[in-house]
Amino acid sequence: MYAQMIKSEATQDDPEQLAAFQARIDAGEKIEPKDWMPEGYRKTLIRQIGQHAHSEIVGQLPEGNWITRAPTLERKAILLAKVQDEAGHGLYLYGAAETLGVSRDELTEMLLDGRMKYSSIFNYPTLNWADIGAVGWLVDGAAIMNQVPLQRTSYGPYSRAMIRICKEESFHQRQGYDAIRRMAEGSDAQKKMAQDALNRLWYPSLMMFGPSDKDSVHSAQSMAWKIKMNTNDELRQKFVDQTVPQAEYLGLTVPDPDLKWNEARGHYDFTDPDWTEFYEVLKGNGPCNTDRLAARNKAWDEGAWVRDGLLAHARKRTARKMAAE
Amino acid sequence: MKNEWPLWEVFIRGQHGLSHRHVGSLHAPDAEMAIKNARDVYTRRNEGVSIWVVEANQISASSPSDKGPLYEPSESKVYRHPTFFDIPDEVGAM
Repeated sequence: MYAQMIKSEATQDDPEQLAAFQARIDAGEKIEPKDWMPEGYRKTLIRQIGQHAHSEIVGQLPEGNWITRAPTLERKAILLAKVQDEAGHGLYLYGAAETLGVSRDELTEMLLDGRMKYSSIFNYPTLNWADIGAVGWLVDGAAIMNQVPLQRTSYGPYSRAMIRICKEESFHQRQGYDAIRRMAEGSDAQKKMAQDALNRLWYPSLMMFGPSDKDSVHSAQSMAWKIKMNTNDELRQKFVDQTVPQAEYLGLTVPDPDLKWNEARGHYDFTDPDWTEFYEVLKGNGPCNTDRLAARNKAWDEGAWVRDGLLAHARKRTARKMAAE
Repeated sequence: MKNEWPLWEVFIRGQHGLSHRHVGSLHAPDAEMAIKNARDVYTRRNEGVSIWVVEANQISASSPSDKGPLYEPSESKVYRHPTFFDIPDEVGAM
């Protein structure tokens, strides 16, 4: 997902306090920033929300890549609005993480020097306009699968950020499907591009949900704390079941020869992505890891004079105002 | 000196006639920029007609551990609620 492989932190707190905390969560209460919480809960959430925020920010890069080359002015305006939303989503999430006692700049620095991760999906390139449609349809579609249940997460600020994000996310997926539909219904060459985009982005989209449950060792604690609401495999299955008919409508073929409806299970059977590739991308060896981090570092470094200048101006004005009083 | 912009809490009046409501927070060098940023981040889809920003460190809040002493006394005063009183049906709406 946007947050992958989040390790639950061990907790060494007073058992009585822990039990009372778990009882609050089980009763469906929200935990708010000033409430007592186990150190492990706080640390796991910082890592998870931070990684989610970083994904929103880095996620602007593959799409921003096509803003100046969108096929029409309307598509350009739509894409611009979507990319702007992603910046907003990043901000809501950084805001939620900050309530846990980490600063925005600390989070940014941890992204820039590689101590914190962002979703594997954004290390894949967007090679042409069809990819932009496919990203909205598949990547935002996969993100929604995870974000909708997270609206009910136990941590109040995280839950509220998710509610805001989900309101906007549906626009993202629909604009993507609309863009790729136009191509799938277009000329043979356009249809070919749409199919090619699906071929390349299908498995990376399935990877977004993280490793298979049998290899996902840290989720029990997070699920008890209600900061992870479903298992990786549950969400992946849900995504496949939802997306296959959408592809069929477009007349596109999901690049999985073993994909078939399983009447007994009431779900599609499908091939897992190549997990070796997934771990390689996480390790920094995906097609765009270096580019993405370089772009974020460049933006941060080149924006330093703006941040410093505006702050110096604000301080000067405050000082002048105080002197006048 | 650490050059992180201060944190501001953002409050938006959703419609005319309603109170401002807390919607989130953001960083900005001063109040003017905080309002501009709040406009970009929190009102892109007609969410508001008015914005307040308050520097987060200016807000004083009650402590969670005071929950008992602060709010429990009101639980024992059920007569403060209109439903405490039975009004005969014959009297009509009250």
